[in-house]
Amino acid sequence: MFRFFLIVITLLNFLNSHSQNCNNEFSGRVIDLHDGRVLIGAIIFIEGLNEQIITDSNGAFSISNLCNKSYVFEISHPQCKTKIETIRVSENINRTLRLEHHIEELNEIIVYGSSYIEKSKTLTENIISSEVLEKSIGSPLGDILANLSGVSSFKTGNSVVKPVINGLHSSRVVIINNGVRMEDQEWGEEHSPNIDVNSLDKITLIKGAGALQYSGNAIGGVIIAETSNFQIKDSLYGKILIKGETNGRGLTTTSNLIRTKSNGLYSSVQFTFKRFGDFESPNYLLSNSGAKEQNASFRLGLNRFKYGLELYYSIFNNELGILRSSHVHSSLDQIRSINSEIPLKINDFSYKINPPKQDLNHQIFRLKGFNRFELLGKLSFQYDYQQNNRLEFDIRIGDDKYKPSIDLELKTHSIKVDLDSQLSNLLNIKSGVTGRYQNNFPDPETGVRRIIPDYNKYDLGIYSILDFQINDMFLLELGGRFDYSSMSVSKYYRTSFWRSRNYQDLFSDLIINEISSQTLIKTKLIFKNYSTTFGSRYNLDDNHSINFNYSIASRMPNPSELFSEGLHHSSARIELGDLRFNSEVGQKIVFNYIFQNKNINLSVNPYLNLINDFILIEPTQIQSSLRGVFQVWEYRQTNAQILGLDIDASLVLNKNFYLNNQFSILKGRDLLRNEPLISMPPVNLNNEIVYQNQKTNNVIFSLKSEYVFRQNEYPDNNFELFVPLSQTTETVDVSSPPNAYHLFNFNSSLDIITNKNYSFSLSFSIRNLFNKEYRNYLNRLRYYAHDLGRSFIFGANYKF
Amino acid sequence: MKTNKFQLTLFAIIFTFISCSKDDDPAPEVVNEEEVITTLEVTLTSGSSTIIMKTQDLDGDGPNPPVVTVSGNLTSGIVYDGAIKVLNELETPAEDITEEVEEESDEHQFFFTPGGGLDVTTEYSNFDSTGNNLGTQFKLTTGSASSGRLTFTLRHEPTKPNSGLVDAGGETDVEATFNITID
Repeated sequence: MFRFFLIVITLLNFLNSHSQNCNNEFSGRVIDLHDGRVLIGAIIFIEGLNEQIITDSNGAFSISNLCNKSYVFEISHPQCKTKIETIRVSENINRTLRLEHHIEELNEIIVYGSSYIEKSKTLTENIISSEVLEKSIGSPLGDILANLSGVSSFKTGNSVVKPVINGLHSSRVVIINNGVRMEDQEWGEEHSPNIDVNSLDKITLIKGAGALQYSGNAIGGVIIAETSNFQIKDSLYGKILIKGETNGRGLTTTSNLIRTKSNGLYSSVQFTFKRFGDFESPNYLLSNSGAKEQNASFRLGLNRFKYGLELYYSIFNNELGILRSSHVHSSLDQIRSINSEIPLKINDFSYKINPPKQDLNHQIFRLKGFNRFELLGKLSFQYDYQQNNRLEFDIRIGDDKYKPSIDLELKTHSIKVDLDSQLSNLLNIKSGVTGRYQNNFPDPETGVRRIIPDYNKYDLGIYSILDFQINDMFLLELGGRFDYSSMSVSKYYRTSFWRSRNYQDLFSDLIINEISSQTLIKTKLIFKNYSTTFGSRYNLDDNHSINFNYSIASRMPNPSELFSEGLHHSSARIELGDLRFNSEVGQKIVFNYIFQNKNINLSVNPYLNLINDFILIEPTQIQSSLRGVFQVWEYRQTNAQILGLDIDASLVLNKNFYLNNQFSILKGRDLLRNEPLISMPPVNLNNEIVYQNQKTNNVIFSLKSEYVFRQNEYPDNNFELFVPLSQTTETVDVSSPPNAYHLFNFNSSLDIITNKNYSFSLSFSIRNLFNKEYRNYLNRLRYYAHDLGRSFIFGANYKF
Repeated sequence: MKTNKFQLTLFAIIFTFISCSKDDDPAPEVVNEEEVITTLEVTLTSGSSTIIMKTQDLDGDGPNPPVVTVSGNLTSGIVYDGAIKVLNELETPAEDITEEVEEESDEHQFFFTPGGGLDVTTEYSNFDSTGNNLGTQFKLTTGSASSGRLTFTLRHEPTKPNSGLVDAGGETDVEATFNITID
């Protein structure tokens, strides 16, 4: 920290001060933005005068002999983020300066603007810290986030895990990975985020669309994944984490190495390897459920007080096995699988991943920089390029055996310019513009009709967010965003489908060609979306605060909702999109009451999400082909309502014991049909008791109970099917949710060595302690197999 | 000032890069599904009498249902030689998938399921490399005059040997039902 100030001072020495007849005095206090506590020993550095003042025991300061002009003050405190303020002095003034209290992110201001410090000022934010992330290495992102209230995971087996925020997922959840908006085919229900969780230091979850600087279409919420910023000093440090698990007989290792210099230069390199074989449910093996992951990332940058520049590259490689017995070819196979208590195919344990499987590759290249201008504020710029390759292998025969059925390549270029200006001590405005070009190429070599068509997409987004600190207690936030998207699509429709939808009358002008029972069309879709957010935060006193946020988010339909037209093997259903869809528009109202004192931490968070033209998929009919009978699921637009409540509480019992509690409930309804929405997370209740003793090697023991209720509200999508073998008609039950279940997890950790130069710690956990057999409503493969059984997990963590 | 120049250069590079992207892409090439089974044809022969049962679904998983035809009624008390052909008629010339099924005979098996009162029995005539049932060739023996359904099921990777569909497992590649009358 001291070095850092030396640099700043040296930098600022180049600027000369003018002396004139100056008698103004600037006085005031420095306080903590969050709780209003006075900050003692805060340093106020006056640019141009090369003078610094330190606040006294009341947090007060006074600077005399100031002229009639604007001054730039740099306010810093060892436990806070450094802040730059431009203040116009024309007489004696008195101001209260607010700093954000945060020890861990001491140097964050150097690279990031305030939007990264507080993503939304009036929406509930949940943060997963680096300690928690280090303990969860090897777990999918969706599973780690599911530890937060209001978040569940939507799964396909055990490796494909998507985060669900307040009941919504996929295209309705936006993921920002190191400042880059992920474009990784997130529309698919069985597409998990292509992020290396092990490379992250912090994950922030925003349950709403309030973070307009990133996107206007996050009807469900925003997940912001970041790596931390580096200190400005000469240092070489890093870490090696290793974790082994009995279930899946797998190993995950992640390591990084960071070099920083006192002149602000830094570089880092990080690697992750993960290998798992077949996982096990309590009583049988889940054949072909293994996973393989290899990731790397590199950073090179320069941190200076006034400007900064960074290059970042990451590569993510993931091979995921899909449960062998979930690959069903027809409804008849499905009924056999559902009726069978255990999967129809159980082989011996293997590390080999066979079809059905997914092979994913995601690369990000990012260049960003910023410059601070005295009057304008901080101007940031970012260019990023993402390339996503998605291969999905089905069980095929003959020459096609080793060919993927889906081969998609999605390329996205984005540029972003943001300006963060402090108009006054109380008023902050952040605005920006984003441009994006995206190209999707489905390789025809698969020999399977394209699930997503060829398209080119252009996006332009403009936003502005204003926050106004009315007084020490009251903060208002107001934001708006406009997004323009244009999508040029070339697609082959089955002529029979094109006609059955009556598209030949509606869109006859789109037809380019007709080849062997397929119709080639070319179309250009344009969407104009508006989003706004309005919020307030009111601190009643040191212990109580109330947040309120109202936001409108608009989302254009995703390629799957628009263009799906074919059979989905993992669910044995035909899925049909609709070319005529318009954007869905969500309005979310969120309240949050927070109570904090020395022993109690309570957050009560009710919300209401009203979504017009909500796009959902539902079964409409039965269709037969030579492969057998299939249920046809069609996308449809309706008005939806999600009403829910999340509660987080923790209670310190004594010096060593504390309790954590989480509760989430939500009700989702289709307002037009007046029936429940499908796949809404059931009520869940988590309780944890933790013992921690910092005196004896920071030993931690915890026992966590997870109770998931049965989802009692669901639409009835069952259908009848004639079974030739038994010559009977049977009901295919694809709707009934599984029973409630109660799981226990045990965690422990111990710091073996902690000193100035290095630390070494060990951990041991047991997941599903009592080897409980259960099925999860939000797992697409719940029909075919039970969820995971007990696992013993051993971890070692070495930092230097 | 140096930084500003640097940033300007960057902007210039990136805008140039972006503006290179082309809008007028050539039409993507058509994909004719390779392993789609559009047609199943069963030929039953006994002496000079030949009966052809055919189901054809040229739009695959599209909305049109398969077109099912049976060329005539069977005669009671006769043994017919049966041969099954599966085709992909989306390709020209039509691809004979029976060949693939027979090449990978260990991984495939046809099953014959009579129902609704149809009085027939079936027997496998050809076998895979390990001597287990394959069934692209079979014998069908008609009993008394009756009518009902006959379902042909092709399973991929069934458990072999098996005692029929009950314990065969695997995935269904084809499932075709014909309404048949025995005179």
